[in-house]
Amino acid sequence: MSLYFTELRRLSKRRLTRLLLVLLLLGLATVATAFSFSSHQLSKETVAAAQVESDAQYQRAMEDWKKTVADCDAAKARGDQDTEERYGPNCGRDWQPQPEMFDPKWNLPYQFDFRAEFPMFIAVFAGAVALFAFIVGASYVGAEWSTGGMMNLLLWRPKRLAVLGTKLAALLTTVLGVSLVLGAFWTLAFWLIGRYRGTTAKVTAGVWQSIGLDGLRAVGLILLVGAVAFALASLGRHTAMALGAAVAVFAISEIGIRIAVAVLSVPFGDRYVLSTYAQSWFMKKVELFDYDTCQFAKGACEPAKLVVTWQQSALVLGVGAAAALIGAFWSMRRRDIA
Amino acid sequence: MSAVLEIEGLRKTYRSRKRGVRHALDGFDMRVEAGQVHGFLGPNGSGKTTTLRTLLGLIRPNGGRMAILGQELPQALPAVAGQVGAIVESPQFFPHFSARDTLGLLAQAGELPKQRVDEVLELVGLRDRAGERVKTYSLGMKQRLAVASALLKNPKLLILDEPANGLDPGGIREMRGLMRDLSAAGMTVVLSSHILGEIQLICDSVTIISLGRRVAFGPVDEVLAAHSQGAVRVRLEAVTDLPQATETLTRAGIRVTAEPDHLMLSGVDKPATVSRVLAEQGLYVSELTPVAVDLESVFLELTATAPVPGQHRQVDQSTKVGEPGSGATTGGWGA
Ligand SMILES: Nc1ncnc2c1ncn2[C@@H]1O[C@H](COP(=O)(O)OP(=O)(O)OP(=O)(O)O)[C@@H](O)[C@H]1O
Ligand SMILES: [Mg+2]
Repeated sequence: MSLYFTELRRLSKRRLTRLLLVLLLLGLATVATAFSFSSHQLSKETVAAAQVESDAQYQRAMEDWKKTVADCDAAKARGDQDTEERYGPNCGRDWQPQPEMFDPKWNLPYQFDFRAEFPMFIAVFAGAVALFAFIVGASYVGAEWSTGGMMNLLLWRPKRLAVLGTKLAALLTTVLGVSLVLGAFWTLAFWLIGRYRGTTAKVTAGVWQSIGLDGLRAVGLILLVGAVAFALASLGRHTAMALGAAVAVFAISEIGIRIAVAVLSVPFGDRYVLSTYAQSWFMKKVELFDYDTCQFAKGACEPAKLVVTWQQSALVLGVGAAAALIGAFWSMRRRDIA
Repeated sequence: MSAVLEIEGLRKTYRSRKRGVRHALDGFDMRVEAGQVHGFLGPNGSGKTTTLRTLLGLIRPNGGRMAILGQELPQALPAVAGQVGAIVESPQFFPHFSARDTLGLLAQAGELPKQRVDEVLELVGLRDRAGERVKTYSLGMKQRLAVASALLKNPKLLILDEPANGLDPGGIREMRGLMRDLSAAGMTVVLSSHILGEIQLICDSVTIISLGRRVAFGPVDEVLAAHSQGAVRVRLEAVTDLPQATETLTRAGIRVTAEPDHLMLSGVDKPATVSRVLAEQGLYVSELTPVAVDLESVFLELTATAPVPGQHRQVDQSTKVGEPGSGATTGGWGA
């Protein structure tokens, strides 16, 4: 237990942890603030004004249309031959403006809708905090290895697996704490934006529940990223190893495999790309289509579909993370410490 | 006396696909009695650090037996770790923490009271600089911090791998005093160093290692006596008689090295023989002194690492115990 608290203290004493935390806070605050300016709450007057304006636009369009048709008829009566080209067939009579083409919505400023749009901001939040977790997780254990801190500690606590496990636990609890606290603020900030500069209409208990579940997924992904970074840096005994591995995985999965499946025209190639799984983890499912099964010459067609569910994502991501962690602990047990 | 540290037949083999196998430790034995200051000597690459790392559980041995304070390692390591303080070869610390933070974190992990940190900082002379980041420390200051971290748990066994590395003369002398005080207080100290004058001054006993095997061990004076090989300095009344004396003594089976104004003899059992042999030839001795050898020359002889003019000795060129023709004195003293 004393080791656990020591590690919590070590982690929070690190300059990089503090610096990144400040950057993360600033980044999130900037996004929320900037966003709050782009959203405008719609008063009754604004809505009414927008209605008036779109009515007027409709009227103007009707007049323009009538005038055009009249012009065309006049030209025809004069015996012009090119009315087809200038006014379209039938003097453009078929193109009468319809009222629904002048939705007052188009005349309204953007208004943030908490219920519909907040889930997207949960994903933004998860991305930012996951990046934080990755760098902090990798450098925390990576620096311990490369500066000899790990060796020093093992002279005091010779149980290697317990030491590595405790460090991992300290990292994950710190990341969890940061995610929960910042997540609460993030939710509050956007709820306030919705409340005062947008709309929080129709936010029922069910909506909150779904937001809560999205939040849980986000936290899960953040912890997973932190743990993987930790495992990779410990395996390579250097912070740079985790960063290198991340770049390599990204290059191979997002670029290499994408190109390969495109060249080989593998059906549903995206199911071999890691980001598909990250996406489906958030969206609950991702649908992949195979347009090669369609013969458009024969008319419209339903392309073959493959659904990647969030359960499959959990499996893929979980197995990957478990492999990295098992590797890290196994190497901790086996390898000499120089 | 009870042994605080026992090593028997320790083996560590490094394998590499390119360079084949290297036996860093090849059946190494060592024994340190309680309360001693024990010097651990050997040429570069002979296996000192490997031994100490193995002992501390950082390296997995390929064979052999180790025990600290009567407990078998590595099984009992968690139990004895609290009683073993160690620094291993140029210790490193997280560069952005201060000395006080570094020690504070170790003390917390080891469940030691906070004031112990200030005690050891005072002891190694870092009190006034303890708040600064380790990154800004000089080599000697880092070494002092390392010693402080080893002393922190007030161990029964203190293992120091080249602790004097980078210390200033005052620091070395202080370290010497510190070792004395610690051992007087009942601490057992194992000290690896290349500064043999220092070892001779502070150590009760030594172990000398070469190419992963022990070449000599025992109390310092016994090791010295065993390898002084009866060195005797002889001066005659008349310097002109030296060549004749050389001839006479050589005939009597004594090894002689002629110097401008005296002779150095070795392999002399009883100095009296020398004076008798010379007197029989009418040569009169004006000085006949048994020469005390120092640890350095014994070390160089035992490990066969004395520099030879015109040759550049490579690492790993030293005595290999158990190989015929190595010319080294094998066997132990004080066992
Ligand atoms: N990780 C390793 N891989 C391969 N060989 C190693 C490794 N570590 C040490 N060795 C070899 O083991 C031998 C003993 O090294 P060790 O560090 O124990 O020497 P030492 O006695 O401490 O020397 P020094 O006086 O220079 O500190 C050397 O030949 C060294 O090259
Ligand atoms: Mg060494």
